[in-house]
Amino acid sequence: MQLVVSLAIGLLAGSGVWLLLRARTFQVTIGLALLSYAVNLFIFSTGGLRTGAEAILQSGEVGTLARYSDPVPQALVLTAIVIGFATTALLLVVLLAARGLTGSDHVDGRERGR
Amino acid sequence: MTGWAEHMVIAPIVVPMLAGAVMILVGNRRRRLTAGLGLASALALLALSAALLMVADAPEVRVYRLGNWPASFGIVLVLDRLSAVMVALTAILGFAAFVFSLARWHRAGVQFHPLFQFQLMGLNGAFLTGDLFNLFVFFEVMLAASYGMALHGSGTARVRAGLHYIVINLVASLLFLVGVSVVYGIAGTLNMADLAIRLRGIAAADRALLEAGLAVLGIAFLVKAAMWPLGFWLPGTYAAASAPAAAILSILSKVGIYAVLRVWLLLFGDGAGESAGFGGTWLTLGGLLTLGFGSVAVLANQSLARLAGASVLVSSGTLLTAIGLGKAAVTAGALLYLVGSALAIGAFFLLIEFVERGRDIGADVLAVTREAFGTGEDQEDGEPGERDAIGVPIPAAVATLGVSFLACALLVAGLPPFSGFLAKFAISSPLIAPGGGAPPAMAWVVTAALILSGLTTVVAMVRAGIDAFWVSPAVDPVRVSVVEFLPVALLLVLCAILTVAAGPAFDYAAATAQALHDPAGYLQAVLPAVDNPR
Repeated sequence: MQLVVSLAIGLLAGSGVWLLLRARTFQVTIGLALLSYAVNLFIFSTGGLRTGAEAILQSGEVGTLARYSDPVPQALVLTAIVIGFATTALLLVVLLAARGLTGSDHVDGRERGR
Repeated sequence: MTGWAEHMVIAPIVVPMLAGAVMILVGNRRRRLTAGLGLASALALLALSAALLMVADAPEVRVYRLGNWPASFGIVLVLDRLSAVMVALTAILGFAAFVFSLARWHRAGVQFHPLFQFQLMGLNGAFLTGDLFNLFVFFEVMLAASYGMALHGSGTARVRAGLHYIVINLVASLLFLVGVSVVYGIAGTLNMADLAIRLRGIAAADRALLEAGLAVLGIAFLVKAAMWPLGFWLPGTYAAASAPAAAILSILSKVGIYAVLRVWLLLFGDGAGESAGFGGTWLTLGGLLTLGFGSVAVLANQSLARLAGASVLVSSGTLLTAIGLGKAAVTAGALLYLVGSALAIGAFFLLIEFVERGRDIGADVLAVTREAFGTGEDQEDGEPGERDAIGVPIPAAVATLGVSFLACALLVAGLPPFSGFLAKFAISSPLIAPGGGAPPAMAWVVTAALILSGLTTVVAMVRAGIDAFWVSPAVDPVRVSVVEFLPVALLLVLCAILTVAAGPAFDYAAATAQALHDPAGYLQAVLPAVDNPR
């Protein structure tokens, strides 16, 4: 479980950074989205990962706090998802504006060597 | 104390939030009403921050518990001297930029007023919050509004610079989140005071990971503070932004400095045990590099707006260098410098607008804006608001602008007789005094860097000033409306007051620095139940 989650985070972060360093605005946006997924998974995993655990209570058993996973990272990740989503939407608008105003989808607004 | 006075701590967040929300409901058709609301909110913030400054000038730290939960479960806002000073700085710069924008900039795009209010709300929240995740949330509120403010007025240059600004800040926010979650994963708390106490007893095996998490967090702050090599985005973005937006953005870089001051001194101060002073050398070295880069950038830039952007870098470099040394006396000087330079650079950004206007540079951008948004009566005229503007003929106007420019130059460069000089003196004098505590080589390097950066700033400012006021006289008679000039005058007068009243101001700064370096009072106030060993 830990291996799968950490591989997924690593893969997402790696591809995110790769795309972030590309020259096209759309690739940068997708890179940011992938990076934010990686970060969200990372935050989520700090609450503790368990497999085969009961959802809330095992039948016929008194629950203890030790059996719950920590809810705070889940609250954090919800906030982070909402903020990340909103800012990505904003970035898309700016991307379109830049495309319209400069006539290029290069991040600097002009192709290299021109 | 109960009742209204207690709720005053949260008011700097609530007032602009409500004002912004009402403005959205009112809609952007009724400009007079929204402008009135904005003015009321800005004035209210000024009054509130003055009151908070006085309340905070006491040994005990004010804590506001949201929902009255104990700090270990709930969220707290904390008001100490540093928070109060920063909130006051925000209120002053916010008021000045707002009044300035009323002359014409607020018509250059939709939703200027609500964005402005949310900007103020985010700034105040970041200065008042007592836990790391809320700091993230208020950073995002502030940044989301600043994206809109940086793009305000549209135009190719702004959109191009804005794109870089947004992407870099989004990456910084992701780093912030990584840092926060590592800290929570190891320490199990996000409350800064609680974290400072738990850091002392953390297991040796976990300490490295926790410090790594906090270092990642620090990178997010330093991107805001524009430390070299994280600050290449800053001059371009600030130069492209409209004047009132740039004045507000200039305090955004001070938020990074504030976060470093607050978190680093709280967690890695002298009482932190094994972690004490963690990363201090990096802060000083980074600050020196920023100072060097900023000094070169000041000399290298041709346009006034980029010059102002570069002087923000110099200011950040000076502050980071001074803070990284970790001496209370030096930090006190840095705080004085922070206040003075924020006011002076804010005034400088507003002033540039007049000078550029006279020189007919950047008018193309403005023309594009007008075409896009159609501001009605002043469409064909380059100078809007002729009727209500008091048209001052050339000599007087240029003379006034020239004197203001001179004052700004002296303030930013840190020459006598203004507060910039006093603050730089206050930073370097405890360093080179015998028994100052800092290694002598470092003390002399820092002092030399401060003086050299002042020299390059003077050279650049004098060159720009001669070019703007003597060599190429204004194409058109410069028309300066009183509404526009008042904020500049206000900021400069405040700087002058800071110079005249340097004694009390320095006492306040020294008390602030003392409390920051020995945060027992802060910890006691936030977590009264914890038996604080210090």
